[in-house]
Amino acid sequence: MKNEKTLHDVELMSLIQTLVETPGPSGQEHIIREKIKEMVKGIADEIRTDALGNLLCRMGNKKENGKRIMVSAHIDEIGLMVIHVDENGFARFVPVGGINPLTCIGGRVLFMNGAQGVIGAERLDPGIMPKLENLFIDTGATSAADSQVKIGDVCGFDRPMLDLGKRVSAKSMDDRIAAVIAIMAMRALAKLPASKRGPNEVLFVFSTQEEVGIRGATTAAYVVDPEVGFAIDVTLTGDTPRAYKRPMALGKGACIKVRDSSFIADTRVVDWMINEAKSQGIPYQMEVLDAGGTDGRAIQMTRAGVPAGCISLACRYVHSPSEMVDKNDLDACIKLTVGLVSKEVKL
Amino acid sequence: MTIELVPHIKELLSAAGLSGNEAPVREILQKAWKPISDELITTNGGSFIAVQHGTGAAPHPKVLIAAHMDAIGLMVTTIEEGLLHFTQVGGVDQRILPGQMVNVHGTAQGSDKAQDIPGMVVMPPAHLLPADAPTGVLGLNHLFIDTGLEPKEVERLVRVGDFVNFAQEPMELAGETICGHTLDNRSSVAALTVCLDILSRRKHLWDVYGDATAQEEVFGTGSITDPVAVRPDLAIVVDVTFSKGPGGNGYRSCEIGKGITITTGPQDHPYLVKKLSKLAEALDIPFSLEAAPGPGGTDAYSIQTAESGIPTVEIGLPLRYMHTPVELVSIKDIRRAGRLMAEFIDSLPENFMNEVIWE
Amino acid sequence: MATQNKVKSINFSLGKKEIDLLTRLCNAVSVSGDEQKVRQIVLEEVKNLADEVKTDALGNVLVTKKGSGPNCLRVMLSGHMDEVGMMIVKESEDGTYEFRVIGGIDPRQLVGKLVLVGRNLVPGVIGAKAIHMTTPEERKVAIPVEQLRIDLGPGAKVAIGDRATFATKLAVLGPSIRSKAFDDRLGVFNLIQLLKHAPANVDLFLAFTVQEELGLRGAKVAAFSFDPQIGIALDSTPANDLPFFEGDEENTHYNTHLGAGPAIYLMDGATIGDRRLVNWLSESADAAGIPWQYRQPGTGGTDAGAIHKTRAGVPSVSVSVPQRYLHSAAGLVRKQDVVNTFKLIHTALSRLDPSILNS
Repeated sequence: MKNEKTLHDVELMSLIQTLVETPGPSGQEHIIREKIKEMVKGIADEIRTDALGNLLCRMGNKKENGKRIMVSAHIDEIGLMVIHVDENGFARFVPVGGINPLTCIGGRVLFMNGAQGVIGAERLDPGIMPKLENLFIDTGATSAADSQVKIGDVCGFDRPMLDLGKRVSAKSMDDRIAAVIAIMAMRALAKLPASKRGPNEVLFVFSTQEEVGIRGATTAAYVVDPEVGFAIDVTLTGDTPRAYKRPMALGKGACIKVRDSSFIADTRVVDWMINEAKSQGIPYQMEVLDAGGTDGRAIQMTRAGVPAGCISLACRYVHSPSEMVDKNDLDACIKLTVGLVSKEVKL
Repeated sequence: MTIELVPHIKELLSAAGLSGNEAPVREILQKAWKPISDELITTNGGSFIAVQHGTGAAPHPKVLIAAHMDAIGLMVTTIEEGLLHFTQVGGVDQRILPGQMVNVHGTAQGSDKAQDIPGMVVMPPAHLLPADAPTGVLGLNHLFIDTGLEPKEVERLVRVGDFVNFAQEPMELAGETICGHTLDNRSSVAALTVCLDILSRRKHLWDVYGDATAQEEVFGTGSITDPVAVRPDLAIVVDVTFSKGPGGNGYRSCEIGKGITITTGPQDHPYLVKKLSKLAEALDIPFSLEAAPGPGGTDAYSIQTAESGIPTVEIGLPLRYMHTPVELVSIKDIRRAGRLMAEFIDSLPENFMNEVIWE
Repeated sequence: MATQNKVKSINFSLGKKEIDLLTRLCNAVSVSGDEQKVRQIVLEEVKNLADEVKTDALGNVLVTKKGSGPNCLRVMLSGHMDEVGMMIVKESEDGTYEFRVIGGIDPRQLVGKLVLVGRNLVPGVIGAKAIHMTTPEERKVAIPVEQLRIDLGPGAKVAIGDRATFATKLAVLGPSIRSKAFDDRLGVFNLIQLLKHAPANVDLFLAFTVQEELGLRGAKVAAFSFDPQIGIALDSTPANDLPFFEGDEENTHYNTHLGAGPAIYLMDGATIGDRRLVNWLSESADAAGIPWQYRQPGTGGTDAGAIHKTRAGVPSVSVSVPQRYLHSAAGLVRKQDVVNTFKLIHTALSRLDPSILNS
């Protein structure tokens, strides 16, 4: 089996690993935001942080035939917040974002303050699905007094990235992989000669608090006030054993979202994306998601309305510590993003 | 009236125009509203607005009349051996699906080369379903659409994400009623047409924005974004409400054909409810007050809370069998709603907003 | 652990005047969508104390009081005027009235209670069939709201849409106060106190909001109008701190403890509190020797949920008075918690440094 790694592959894997392994659930994005800021410092024309912690990075100035485009990738991940440490040192918690109890039991967590722990469960009668109230975090403490964590402390899941060759698995592909796509797109744009960068003002927004209700993108979209925009996020697939019937699958290309449970993509934006993918020979697949929401909604509903959509990366096992994506799909998403923002937008 | 109401309603009820893809309805309104408006606008959210300027020097206060034009329907998810699996767009009652005639708006060749392909929703025989499938009503995920075409042909014409509308043709029933799909809420759009038609021949002082809103059945996109574009001083929302009939006789239901409703609840400014009620009495328009304890259910939810807030009131058209392809509405009620709104708007003095206070 | 009090907090207690105001506020019938009774009290109390007072399109009372000196941060504080309650939806054949619940009330709290209906406070009862005529099985099942009726006595009439609440009258019980509607008359009360003792170093934007119980609807438009730099919601939150029914298992889901002081929110279902503001509040409490606690992270929401997402975003936090038996006919608070909540807000605002938003 050939195991050559290209420079591109090495750069990409290193970037993915840094981003997915950094802790940062909703409301605690300060570390991941700083990391991303360092990475884009040399290539963005302007960087600022807004009231809810969104990182707004501008590339390009709007020319006569250009548009202000917002591209949003959320940098918060799902996690847990401690609500009480009992007299024996066990920490009870509530979810930050959508957490499935089944993915928790036996899992490991990493707190923002560096503390670590494992998740245990109360005794369960056979056949009963556990609820989050039946679980607790064990940090190895023996009492509330010697606990390294207290009420309000936040943790993310702790799992190293796994490079499987064609595919790669990690926690928080949702949505750190979108930050990867955005950063790779920004790097590619920066490498283009000025004449090939297009007439648009592009705002790459690394948004906060998406997992708890698309909150960061709501205020970021108001600030940016774009003319068109799209989110980059993950989407579920139907390609695993006895899965729900879904059209999306790993390896079929960048997903062009028609709708999810938070918005219906503007049909003009969907056509715009299809045309760009076709013209560049980028493999793509159409996405209809019967669940979930993305930043695309916030862009569509801002002010007097904005034509909006979403490019998705097909992802298995979403909201588990082992989300899995396909590297070719990843490249397709990067190429599609670059193509869309670097040309005149004709809706 | 400039516009023939029944043909207009039938035309509206024959069009597709699902939430997020309302273009077919915009086309109809483009033609129907052109003679009775000063300006026609398509908003970023996909809504369609007819503007009538008030008489006298600008600026004038503005009223927004919202009637959502989107239809519920289905959307193609996976295609297997030429058979189409689907999900819903808006709240579809899965019990009415088996045997329904539908139209698949196939855009696989490009949106500009779209084709409408007839099909029907079918229920597979029980032995072909997984062991854990329900024995009673089948969920959306177990039904599919059969177009009768060869799989290769289906793949050529249809793609994942294509919109599917109910193909039920509208029909007039007894007692001056009309039935079909999407009377929720195209009957209100027709009422809006009646209103605009009357107003086009009056010298009203206010600017009127007749707004056929988009996506009310799903995410309320029109109701969230249109008020920011228009910035009206007050808003009237007209939507269908529950009528008494088989299966629907709770407190919220009223008789069909016996009048319209004016809603009283958190989404309705009490002064507007009072004014509208008094006017309906004076005009001998039969109506009843509909109690709405909670918010939601119509465009009023988002219109009322747009930016700094907009005084809003809701008018209801009684309808039977909501969200089925055989919804039923009284044509008399459509005329009544249109007339009440027109007379109300025509009566508004320039400084009407000074009266709209909380007391 | 003894610490030097670095800051002196304001002298404040619940004297006769304060109890009288709280009594008038809590006894008023002011259910989501019809907050007129409390609005009247508020308008009377803020008269002559504010720079500007306005009632907006939804009925929020928006009060502005500018600070003096340079660099005053624009701070919006919000307390909601609406309470959970009922709405009359239909007159039954026997002259009693069918009703629905507005906001979250457990139906088991409704039976066998005295209520007041409408602006004229018509008294009525929600009765239950005589126990003699029930079976033991029947008595185990809660009567659903659809089957309950409000009985005003023969001949009395109220209107469809009229709101109703429990008829509880506020009572001081030693160190405690018992009343309905502590959620959120306590917030309204503390806002009024803040206006009476306004700290000079901030621009105060006080929003007496409507329809919080229906989805933070009033706060959304109030925040848009005010466009503040910081948002603080004042509310009341459950103290589920009673002991377990059996054994001595530790109660790990108490939400707050009665008597432990104002509850500062880290995260609820609608807002992740800005940690800079959370710390500012807890540090202010420590500096002035005011007891405080965290409200356990979890579900629920306050007006901050709407405020923090307004326009370009507003760092926000919530502070609540702990209350047992929330959303019932008889809630219970400790007088000292009410006093300490006000003291905390006042102290914190008085030492608010504009640089807080720079970190």
